[in-house]
Amino acid sequence: MAAVPLRRREGFRALLWLSPWLVGFGVFFAYPLLATVYFSFFNYDLFSLKFNGLANYRYFLQDERAWLSIGNTAWLVVVMVPAQVLFALGVAQLVTKLKSGVGFFRTLFYLPSLVPVTAGTVAFVFLLNPATGPVNRILALAGISGPDWFGDKDWSKPGLTLLAMWGVGNVMVIFLAALLDVPKHLYEAAAIDGAGAWRQFRSITLPTIRPVLMFSAVTGVIYTLQYFTQAMIASRVAAGVTDAPGTSFVPGYPEMSTLTLPQWLFQTGFRDYAMGYACVLALVLFAASMVFTLVLLRQFRGFEEVAE
Amino acid sequence: MTATLVAPPSRAAGRRARARNGRTRRVLYWIATHAAALALGIAFIGPLVFVLLTAVMSDNQTLTDELWPHSWNWGNFGEVFAKSPILLWLRNTMIYALTGTLFTLVSSIPVAYALARFRFPGRRLAFLLVITMMMLPPQVVAVPIYLIWARLDLTGTLLPLILPMLLGDAFSIFLLRQFLLSIPREYTDAARVDGCTDFRTLIRVILPMARPGIAAVALFQFFYCWNDYYGPLLYASTNLDSWTLSVGLASFKALHSVQWNLTMAATLLVMAPVIIVFFFAQKVFIEGVTLTGVKG
Repeated sequence: MAAVPLRRREGFRALLWLSPWLVGFGVFFAYPLLATVYFSFFNYDLFSLKFNGLANYRYFLQDERAWLSIGNTAWLVVVMVPAQVLFALGVAQLVTKLKSGVGFFRTLFYLPSLVPVTAGTVAFVFLLNPATGPVNRILALAGISGPDWFGDKDWSKPGLTLLAMWGVGNVMVIFLAALLDVPKHLYEAAAIDGAGAWRQFRSITLPTIRPVLMFSAVTGVIYTLQYFTQAMIASRVAAGVTDAPGTSFVPGYPEMSTLTLPQWLFQTGFRDYAMGYACVLALVLFAASMVFTLVLLRQFRGFEEVAE
Repeated sequence: MTATLVAPPSRAAGRRARARNGRTRRVLYWIATHAAALALGIAFIGPLVFVLLTAVMSDNQTLTDELWPHSWNWGNFGEVFAKSPILLWLRNTMIYALTGTLFTLVSSIPVAYALARFRFPGRRLAFLLVITMMMLPPQVVAVPIYLIWARLDLTGTLLPLILPMLLGDAFSIFLLRQFLLSIPREYTDAARVDGCTDFRTLIRVILPMARPGIAAVALFQFFYCWNDYYGPLLYASTNLDSWTLSVGLASFKALHSVQWNLTMAATLLVMAPVIIVFFFAQKVFIEGVTLTGVKG
């Protein structure tokens, strides 16, 4: 009989505890999202706000660099994310097969993912630089003449993919935990039934770790849609440009090949101060990431129902 | 199978042969898997080794494609301090990372507590909104938020990055909630029966039990701030006095040394604290990362 009032009281107390976040939600999520939609109909350069209807949207449709940047971001989603997930899965699978030194190798494979992104990217621009970098030098020892990596529009994104695979340790750790959670007796039973390694992987491992795999793939896509830092730094260091005030730099070196959508948004909004137009790009980015966030939320709802 | 059909000389001999066979296969398997792991390990650690080798090369040798340093110039690290304001960058980064982490913990723990322990209408919706915020690309809402800080005349400082952490960080809330859910309800119920207020329950019961989760969140947040490039680039890069290590390092080669050796020395200096902390707090990290994996 007291259940309903109690619950209501608990709701009030919860509201109290949630209040800092609710304010944050309003100020840093709800308001800016609505404001982004609003500003997208205006010509805004930080000083003057002029309504210009759909002009920003029309400009977007014929903005070549916007489409180039969307293409590059799509390339990363299609190539980099699967490369990361498959590589992490392979490495984790290998670690489970080790009879000794598991902790040692796990640490070794995890370590690069901790390296600050800036430092890792600068390091890779050095490692892959064609003149004095060790990678092409080692390739040359094997008789292969290495590409120009961050100086060649066809090789800059593969270079970034290598960097991403190097830093895949956290995904690997998650997969490793999932793989070790697969009940051992299932494998034993399958082995008795004469199932080989591949068949065991397909029929037991894969179905069991599928939720974890899906989760990593979807979050991987969402994070790749935001891909900014590595591409920005690689292009800057390779082109020899700084962030010092007053320097003008169009990102994407070489030949726009590393220009991602968030970078183009940053450039138009905060370097060229075409803020109304940047809001259009922001909405495109929002739409793309929302699609994948909804997939993720569905997954979570599934988990919650299992948990409760 | 076939061995038994062909009628072996003696059962014992057959068993021994099979055992030997099995042992050889196990040894070969051991060698194959460990060789593969070792090769991968070299590939993972190689980049860091080459960074170190280049960091100590002389200026002249940096211009060649030789991989092993002729002389070990440890003074290069000192050069980095002499040639660039790296100490200023370090100070700014520390301020950002320490206050950011502190603010995040203070603001996110209560929210995670409410999401994990209270039953109220809209609880699931609130959690889904936390995930949505966590997944929102920061660039989507960047323009209006930048305008807020510009109006407050705080661009050019790191405050636009630090202050919002007082209002909860979605990723930290998510992670803490996952951790708090693993604490059995009986403990908090017992505290409730003993007449503890929500606040006392949080301080006396939840916090001590959630220490590993809090440690993981604190470390993640610290390193998030330490590594953050986008935020400082957006708000602080226009003011040289507010540069952080990440912004400074990204411009290091163009600004302070065209040579790779000093750039690599600076790169190592930025990496070093993270790697040192990792070796002391490895368990916290690995457990924390596993927590981010999945599970409702």
